[in-house]
Amino acid sequence: MKLTAFAAAAAAFLMFGPSQAMAGRDLDQIRARGQLLCGVQGPSNPGFGFPNAQGQWQGFNVEVCRSVAITIFGDPNRVQFVPVTTQSRFPALSSGEVDILSNNSTWTLTRDSNVNRFNFPAIVFYDGQSMMVPRRLNVTSARQLDGATVCVQPGTTTELNLADYFRQHNMRFTPVVVADLDELRRAYDSGRCDVFTNDFAALAAQRTLLSRPADHVILPERISKEPLGPVVRQGDEELTNIVAWTVFALIEAEELGITAANVEQIAGSSTNPIVRRFLGVEGNMGESINAARADYARQMIRTFGNYGEIYERWLGERTPLGLERGQNRTWLNGGLLYAPPAR
Amino acid sequence: MSASTAPALPTFTERARDFAKACFTGPLNIAISLACIALLAWVVPPMLRWAVLDATWSGTAAECRAAGGACWAFVREKFWFSIFGLYPFEERWRPATMMVILVTLVVASTLRIFWTRWLLLAWAVAAVVMWVLMQGGVLGLSFVETRQWGGLAITGIIAVYGLALGYPLAIVLALGRRSELPLVRWFCTAIIECVRGVPLISLLFMAAIMLPLFMPQGVTLDRLVRVLFAYTLFTAAYMAEVVRGGLQAMPRGQYEAADALGLSYWKKMRLIILPQALTITIPAQVNTFIGLFKDTTLVVVIGVFDFFTTLRASLGDPNWLGFPTEAYVYAAAVYFVLCFAMSKYSQRLERDFTPAGR
Repeated sequence: MKLTAFAAAAAAFLMFGPSQAMAGRDLDQIRARGQLLCGVQGPSNPGFGFPNAQGQWQGFNVEVCRSVAITIFGDPNRVQFVPVTTQSRFPALSSGEVDILSNNSTWTLTRDSNVNRFNFPAIVFYDGQSMMVPRRLNVTSARQLDGATVCVQPGTTTELNLADYFRQHNMRFTPVVVADLDELRRAYDSGRCDVFTNDFAALAAQRTLLSRPADHVILPERISKEPLGPVVRQGDEELTNIVAWTVFALIEAEELGITAANVEQIAGSSTNPIVRRFLGVEGNMGESINAARADYARQMIRTFGNYGEIYERWLGERTPLGLERGQNRTWLNGGLLYAPPAR
Repeated sequence: MSASTAPALPTFTERARDFAKACFTGPLNIAISLACIALLAWVVPPMLRWAVLDATWSGTAAECRAAGGACWAFVREKFWFSIFGLYPFEERWRPATMMVILVTLVVASTLRIFWTRWLLLAWAVAAVVMWVLMQGGVLGLSFVETRQWGGLAITGIIAVYGLALGYPLAIVLALGRRSELPLVRWFCTAIIECVRGVPLISLLFMAAIMLPLFMPQGVTLDRLVRVLFAYTLFTAAYMAEVVRGGLQAMPRGQYEAADALGLSYWKKMRLIILPQALTITIPAQVNTFIGLFKDTTLVVVIGVFDFFTTLRASLGDPNWLGFPTEAYVYAAAVYFVLCFAMSKYSQRLERDFTPAGR
């Protein structure tokens, strides 16, 4: 997202990183420590990760980390949450300050490369830059926005994507740039611009804060790809596998229709071999990825529910954020979530 | 102190009359006064309506939005979080006790009757006691890692210990920079210039993220200790230049008189030079202190949840979206009270230390 900060982190990592990253296997260190150090977005990120009034971390990304802890330890509480900022997240991961980032980092080539040495085991949220317009303009597609005034944060990839999109479609726009997101929202709310652009999830959060949220629509176009997911260091394939198959288990459970409410009943009665293997009733799926228990998926679903349940609890239509599932439906429902077969 | 010879204080009516006279004599003064009154009339009523009349003092976010005024219920909901941060909730008596000790010591240190070497001992003992209390792991206290410490408690620890340790270090650095021994002088100058020449953020980054990479395998220094170290060094480098200003402002005669008395270097500094040099630089010192105190918020870049950061984190609670103004007003009020107290105390010190007639 912020390219310069990332470049600085990369440079710092190049100078100081590799010696630490290769020292010992990460999973062994985590097991020896008895705790997973999970980097979450600080100070907070609405719905995805935020401390409640008691100072406990909650949210979508937080439960992803707790699920990983279930796979590693069989205990969702063996996680220590470490707030990281946009600037400090990658240096924190390289230096071993955290074992895993669960903070809406976009999977990109440079981050995944041998230069930066990070791994993106799985995608937990498909985001993309979107545009919001007042309903009264009767706009249904971003292609109708020629000549519009657009509220955008300066110095971000958001601004560059916007310029690319308009140039690509031979349209013109007038930018209104405000650095502070709250100020930017007020500018849009007071009618200083016709369009408000940001990543979809952030835009939806901002919509709840407008004076009349129902009077605004988010257009269907996604003008950038922002696949978000947990990040680990390269070099420990075991940990990468554990994180990947934790996320896949959450998605698989939704594909199979297994929920927190019915998981025990299904485990007891199902004759479907796929389900029986998945829930650890038979086979050794847990063992093959080095999970703490053969039935790690079952324990995870009992604790947090499947992907859909976690989504609905923190981000979905009944939460203040009110995010529709959109691309984050399973492939069976026309979305992009797809878990490789667990066998 | 010659308070008894001062003229009687003017009465309230006299002061009111002087004030009115100053404001409403001559067309220019009248015009300025009227403009000010108009500005106040324009700003104050809407502000009062927002902050008091339409405000919601308790309740939910929905009730706040319905009322339309300030949502103090939000600050109330997040109050304890802003004090204790991410510290385990059921253990919050520990940071609470720690803050009581800290505040007691700070207050005691402002009173001159306590200025003995026992006070130094008390600070050292308290540092250990507070650390044990907060971290636990012994005496049946559960272990709480420093990365979970937060809120006003951590702001207090960093500010008080950073400034208290940085101050003597600053004096040493300032003396060293004025030393006649070239090696000492170069060394102190190098430290001051290097630390002062980089932003605090980069020092904190170095301490938090780079330092562990340089350390031998198996040796770890707690992150908060590293942060305190960086902050103390930064404080010392800035304060050293203030102290040096004071040393250079001393007339040559003072140094020569001390030498003529046959005092050793340390006695000369301790008895003659430093007491005067430090006194005349009190305003500059407090200026630096206040600036450094506010800089403690920068520890957020390495994930320490200080007071200000807890409030910014609270803004991300989906149930309480959209009350940044209230959070910032609350933060501003707390910082103002603390900085204003520092400023007032420095004025008292200045009065106490300045010989009558100066």
